[in-house]
Amino acid sequence: MTRKFHLGYLLLLAALLAAPLFVYPVLVMKVMCFALYACAFNLLLGYTGLLSFGHAAFLATGAYVTGHALKEWGMPTELGLLTGTLAAATLGWLIGSLAIRRQGIYFAMVTLALAQMVYFIFVQSSFTGGEDGLQGIPRGYLLGVIDLSNDQSLYYLVLAICVSAFWLIYRAIHSPFGQILKAVRENEARVVSLGYDVAKYKLVAFVLSAALAGLAGATKVLVFKFATLTDAHWHASGEVVLMTLLGGMGTTFGPVVGATVIISLQSELADKVGSMVTVIMGGIFVICVLAFRRGIVGEATALYQRITGSKSST
Amino acid sequence: MEIFGIPLQAFMSQLMLGLVNGCFYAVLSLGLAVIFGMLNIINFAHGAMYMAGAFFAWMGLTYWGIGYWWSLLLVPLAVGLVGVIIERTMLQWLYQLDHLYGLLLTFGLALMIEGAFRYFYGASGLPYSIPEELGGAINLGFMFLPKYRAWVVAVSLVVCLATWFVIEKTRLGAYLRAATENPRLTQAFGINVPLMVMLTYGFGVALAGLAGVLAAPAYAVSPLMGSNLIIVVFAVVVIGGMGSIMGSIITGLSLGVIEGLTKVFYAEASSTVVFVIMVIVLMIRPAGLFGKEK
Repeated sequence: MTRKFHLGYLLLLAALLAAPLFVYPVLVMKVMCFALYACAFNLLLGYTGLLSFGHAAFLATGAYVTGHALKEWGMPTELGLLTGTLAAATLGWLIGSLAIRRQGIYFAMVTLALAQMVYFIFVQSSFTGGEDGLQGIPRGYLLGVIDLSNDQSLYYLVLAICVSAFWLIYRAIHSPFGQILKAVRENEARVVSLGYDVAKYKLVAFVLSAALAGLAGATKVLVFKFATLTDAHWHASGEVVLMTLLGGMGTTFGPVVGATVIISLQSELADKVGSMVTVIMGGIFVICVLAFRRGIVGEATALYQRITGSKSST
Repeated sequence: MEIFGIPLQAFMSQLMLGLVNGCFYAVLSLGLAVIFGMLNIINFAHGAMYMAGAFFAWMGLTYWGIGYWWSLLLVPLAVGLVGVIIERTMLQWLYQLDHLYGLLLTFGLALMIEGAFRYFYGASGLPYSIPEELGGAINLGFMFLPKYRAWVVAVSLVVCLATWFVIEKTRLGAYLRAATENPRLTQAFGINVPLMVMLTYGFGVALAGLAGVLAAPAYAVSPLMGSNLIIVVFAVVVIGGMGSIMGSIITGLSLGVIEGLTKVFYAEASSTVVFVIMVIVLMIRPAGLFGKEK
């Protein structure tokens, strides 16, 4: 079964490598950025059982700091991405160490409130450009030679970033560290009784998730050449919850599927129905919670197992 | 006359505005606490219900000529009915699951309600005028007190105290507390717990609807008014803890006042002060001021 999965990943990678020949690369890059954002989020919700309702703060921090570093400080692209990611990780450490003091539903409310605070700070500070946001951010050159203003070359950079981040998450989930996270999700009290420092594991997972969400935001800035308050708004926090839920939380590949569906839906519908998009997103949320809690990948896996009669290994 | 270099008139008027905000915090966090106690669900749709309350009042006046006073009675009933329908058709299927699903479902509902109102009425605010009887201001000698603000504070306090009284001092409240503590045992004593759960949710969101009617003349009626408020109310709930009814009332009122005072002394921080207080409370007393660590 694992071999089949690996084959699937290889096929997908081949398809993504060939994609710019057939489809508009910017849309695929957008999907990949949000897929990375959702995978980072899933590390917390799906594997640690922590519902963060404030991940927009990390996405936006990655975007703003990278944007500022590239535009105002003239940093090379690689360094700009790194700076944004580190800034998001630092913010993740600050917010995480506060939020893990509360559990369950309170954790969700604390992260939401702190992210809203970050939003207000971004509205008021000058380095974010306030309501206007940062415009005209240069993409720069990769390693000083490859011109990234070309969509094709940028596409392969974004693909490389997202694939390596996905691989990192995959390794983390399947490592002993990931096993302990899953144990925390299933039964926190028991993990404590086994002598593990649960708070430390939660915090590391939170920081890792925040850093990768920041990387997603930073990469997104390269793609769109602007950073705005939309990334910091609580809608962006809710969106990632929806992507993960729809794709299947706690599945390795679910968030990627969820992000693909949601982003395609949004870009398909945005011109046609205006703010009805929000209603549709809300409706998908309600349906997922009521009838479809395992998500697309979760349901598909369950179906596959029913047919073959095999037991799951994830 | 001046207080800390601020003219008394300006100081008192900001204080009053803060108190009005605090009343909305108190009524909304009270509703959240009542719902959480009974259903173990954080009602993300609370802000949307508050917004719907304000819109229902506006729609009543614009389409059917229903005035403010009738709205004050009818709108909470209508919002409560919506709540009962939501509870019966959706929420009741989630009680056996992780609490987080309740939060996610109500989040989806909030998006739907907000999106629908924005689709039909646009994102800018609609005006709702103050009823004649409550227009104007009273001269208290040291300040002009707008009558409508005094009215909002008075109604909110009465509603909060009445809720507290019913839950803590009456037989119905005793059933409610028993059902919160141990639903199965309470049901075994012949009390219809599912009915109480349904009515509790209806009552909680009716409170939000009432707050919406009260807010309609004070602020512009806008589809975004709920979500902006509800996140602050979440912070209020984290600060106070949801263990005690009186706790959420006091926390709500005092945070409103603190926010108002911040506007006087350091306006830039007024949008973040509640969150900063939440951070401090989390560091010193993670369970919240009135909460018990479970």
